[in-house]
Amino acid sequence: MLAGARAASISQSELENHDVIKERVLHGLLFASACVAVLGLVLIFAFVAVRGVPIFAKAGVVQMLSSTDWSPMDGRFGILSFIVGSFAVTVGALLLGAPLAVGAAIFLSEIASPRVRSIVKPAVELLAGIPSVVYGFFGVIVVVPQVRALLGGSGFGLVSGCIVLAVMIVPTIAAISEDAISSVPRGFREGSAAMGATQWQTIKNVVLPAARTGIVDAVVLGMGRAVGETMAVLMVLGNAPVIPRGPSDPASTLTSIIILDMPYASGDHQTALFGIGLVLLLLSMSFVAAIRILSRSRKAR
Amino acid sequence: MNGDTFKINVEHLDFHYGDFFALEDISVGIRQYATTAFIGPSGCGKSTFLRCLNRMNDLIPETKVEGKITLDGNDIYAPDVDTASLRRRVGMIFQAPNPFPMSIYDNVAYGPRIHGTTNKAQLDEIVEKSLTRAALWKEVSGKLNTSGLALSGGQQQRLCIARVIAVDPEVLLMDEPCSAIDPTSIQKIEDLMDELKSKYTIVIVTHNMQQAARVSDWTAFFLAEHADRPAKLIEYDKTDTMFTNPSDKRTEDYITGRFG
Repeated sequence: MLAGARAASISQSELENHDVIKERVLHGLLFASACVAVLGLVLIFAFVAVRGVPIFAKAGVVQMLSSTDWSPMDGRFGILSFIVGSFAVTVGALLLGAPLAVGAAIFLSEIASPRVRSIVKPAVELLAGIPSVVYGFFGVIVVVPQVRALLGGSGFGLVSGCIVLAVMIVPTIAAISEDAISSVPRGFREGSAAMGATQWQTIKNVVLPAARTGIVDAVVLGMGRAVGETMAVLMVLGNAPVIPRGPSDPASTLTSIIILDMPYASGDHQTALFGIGLVLLLLSMSFVAAIRILSRSRKAR
Repeated sequence: MNGDTFKINVEHLDFHYGDFFALEDISVGIRQYATTAFIGPSGCGKSTFLRCLNRMNDLIPETKVEGKITLDGNDIYAPDVDTASLRRRVGMIFQAPNPFPMSIYDNVAYGPRIHGTTNKAQLDEIVEKSLTRAALWKEVSGKLNTSGLALSGGQQQRLCIARVIAVDPEVLLMDEPCSAIDPTSIQKIEDLMDELKSKYTIVIVTHNMQQAARVSDWTAFFLAEHADRPAKLIEYDKTDTMFTNPSDKRTEDYITGRFG
């Protein structure tokens, strides 16, 4: 009995040795994967910075960021209108799209019958895979004429851009929020219901707070898609390098000016486009930071 | 007061999960200010039956209830019944403790808040009173702002009891409330049940027969004799009688541990 136990414990320790090595190798591999992801980010950032920073040294950071005069051929590199454009369409798209998407996610996970859910959810996910140029077509054919009829002007401008982007980010935000909401344990819902809470009280007070982190992640990803989106925005925005005076005036974004000028830019002009890329990266990062800080302070309250 | 008033009366209840016929022809009267235990082997439908009493099964799609259940004589499955108001009167404790991911205070204040109490002093009083009644106040009074999830399993379950008591229900349904917690906490919860019975009507599902014998005044025995047949109520009587002199052979076999 005792000897048997000892033999068992020896083979047990051998087994553990073997397991420990396997564990270490696995840790190493996973660490390496994480490094590659981070390294990619660092390299891209460094590359864009190296190529773009010289223009800030040459034209002046303040000058570039505060001027709207974009005449690269004449050596004037004011990019404020693009920053405003990107900022405006992203914020507009989020304001329109995020509530819609979270609403859709709540409907899908809390209210829809299994049958409705089994049809609508794949449809929403499919929507996330549609190429952005197709959304651009939709914008040009459907949204722009409606905006023109309602607000006057050409219809190509901020409002159309926000609407098209909002439609584009809804599936991303909805699909990820829906996962977050569905993974809230059923016990929370039942516990709340068992105290006489209505379904809406349960959703508002228990389910949404419990799914908060996941919903914030979803909004961050949607935001990332909005701020970086180029093609669809390019097609409906009108692309004038000015700060739009009104909601249906043409505008440009950081992404749209890069794609429009890149094919022929050279010298300082090209460097300036890299500079714009750098600003885009920083803008995108500050959006992520802003959303995180906003959601954290709301939790604290 | 009157030990023989039926607080809840169930007549000829059938229950289906989709195509599965789970409960057949259950009739039982639950007495006020007493503790009634439902016993039976796992999967015999006693939890399902318990969840019919506050319409918790409504939350599960494709379930069907037939028959009649009354609370103080009123049909709880009548079309005009508001399930939220019903569940406020018939609270429930679940098998796995399920405190919300919020502070201990907010957990207990949750119910009163959704029912419209916003006054801070009033909430403070309810929280203290409920935690005291659930025998948890001494352990948590200094840390009401810490997360309810930071408590031990047994403490979490008492927090859930406090949370339900805070909305002042008339009936407490307990679905195997002690199956996931440590023995010391079980002792506390059983003592608690004994105390709560003077003010509430308690129904407990348990597959621990000693527990049923300890805490209950009345016991109902459920059994599905074949896996594909619905469960039925085999015997329902005073707990003392059930455990000393059951009238049905199957009850006797189960209680003496011959199956289940």
